[in-house]
Amino acid sequence: MDETLRSEGEGLHTEDMTISMGPQHPSTHGVLRFVVKTDGEVMREAIPDVGYLHRSIEKIGEKVTWHGYVPYTDRADYLAAMFANQGFCMAAERLGGVEVTRRGEFCRVIACELNRIASHLIAVGTFAQDIGAVTPFIHALRERETVNDLMEEICGARLTYNYIRIGGVGYDITRQTCDRITQFLDHFEPIVDEFNRLLSYNKIFIERLAHVAPITKEDAFQYNIVGPNLRACGVKWDIRRDIPYSVYPELEFDIPVGTGEKGTLGDCYDRYIVRILEMQESCKIVRQCLKMLPKGPAIAKVARKFKPPAGEIYVRVEAPRGDMGFYVVSDGSEYPYRVRIRTGSFTAMSLIDKLSRGLMVADLIALIASLDVDAPEIDR
Amino acid sequence: MEAKGIYARLEQRFPGKVSGLKDAVADPLLMVDAQAIVEVGRFLRDEPELRFEILSDLTALDFPKEEKLQVVYHLYSYTFRHQIVLKVDLSREAACVSTMEGVWKVANWFEREVFDLFGVVFDGHSDLRRILLPEDWEGYPLRKDYVEQEEYDGISTERAPLVEKLLR
Repeated sequence: MDETLRSEGEGLHTEDMTISMGPQHPSTHGVLRFVVKTDGEVMREAIPDVGYLHRSIEKIGEKVTWHGYVPYTDRADYLAAMFANQGFCMAAERLGGVEVTRRGEFCRVIACELNRIASHLIAVGTFAQDIGAVTPFIHALRERETVNDLMEEICGARLTYNYIRIGGVGYDITRQTCDRITQFLDHFEPIVDEFNRLLSYNKIFIERLAHVAPITKEDAFQYNIVGPNLRACGVKWDIRRDIPYSVYPELEFDIPVGTGEKGTLGDCYDRYIVRILEMQESCKIVRQCLKMLPKGPAIAKVARKFKPPAGEIYVRVEAPRGDMGFYVVSDGSEYPYRVRIRTGSFTAMSLIDKLSRGLMVADLIALIASLDVDAPEIDR
Repeated sequence: MEAKGIYARLEQRFPGKVSGLKDAVADPLLMVDAQAIVEVGRFLRDEPELRFEILSDLTALDFPKEEKLQVVYHLYSYTFRHQIVLKVDLSREAACVSTMEGVWKVANWFEREVFDLFGVVFDGHSDLRRILLPEDWEGYPLRKDYVEQEEYDGISTERAPLVEKLLR
């Protein structure tokens, strides 16, 4: 820069600007708001303002019966309703000493992993759209639509499933549905490669995400970042393998972790690619389950007036947005005494304030999308 | 480490501050004196044989009959794969405990949520505001004796039952 220009420029300074981003901003994935303080294009801070989707699901838990609460858990995270069903039912079963039927367990895993594929498709699709690539979003949603069709066949609903019940699953999976699922997997696995050609190894996409907002391992622990976001930091931790539940110990699958292949370890690109790899792993899991699916009843006999003995339990499941914890307290009555849902998006959201400092405004969009935060799950 | 071992270490380090170990349940838990909770947390995190890196969850329970509120901490260690639940008893009228923010940063938001829904005040918290409910909401909804305010901002919180609405 010219010397005279520089000396003139030093006298000038920009004023901080406070901008409200959201609650109806298309890239905020649901209804949430950021109060962004910027200096030109650079952010000083982005303070999340959540609560727009608060439906007091935890309070409702104290007012309805154990069986009756399962449909409400769907709404905790409507992109991955199966996992909330699973978490709550596991908590109730462990409290009440209910043994889940073996076929029921396999049906659960099949449904959950299909749900994970659907949820990750939304995650990577909207990720692309948020930073300006519209085509991949359409491709991702097209595939998700097929998963939704399968879900409809399995449990009659496309979004809020209410499929997993205390003791097993609501409906058995038929032979015909199994064939359709296999067909879908045969079709979907090459699609992932196509998606990679279209988006994952696209130069613009990589340039846009590499080195952006890396999360260190220390921060991930301090802020209790979970799930794919944690694995993107290079921590090989998956509840399915490390605190095993259901029939996961019998299944073979890898746990993809971030390697920093295109930039820094734990950056936006790592968080993206981990999700792509996880979809492939989910396909593997579903295939194994279809092969191993045993005969027998899909649900155990459970008292209609389900009254688990007094006690408390904390159950974790590996949801698409990470460790979903159900802390359920029973006082021996027909109603839960307290249901607490601890979600991955909530803790991921609390880290955004720290990560956003010094980022460009446009990178905030990438950051939010890469963490795959989901407003209903934050607010419950 | 087993819950008994963790408890023994705590008893040795903080005599008289920890009590009531229950380890015959699915998630072993113990009671901690409200004054000592932050120090206990820091000890559990930093002790090389314990290393609880993770505060999995922080929430509260309300027991109006026993006139107490309980703040519940779920800790987990990725290194040793063990867990422990800490509980702190507080009075319902003046529920106040020191913040865990200095030990695990995630406590910042967890504590805001507990403050919002239970009305527990966290001493020394950097930003203790309501998080899920509007700033001017009255009462703490997750307390057992909570009565919903009749209207908020001029909007009634009562809704006619759906069936009646349809019949009309």
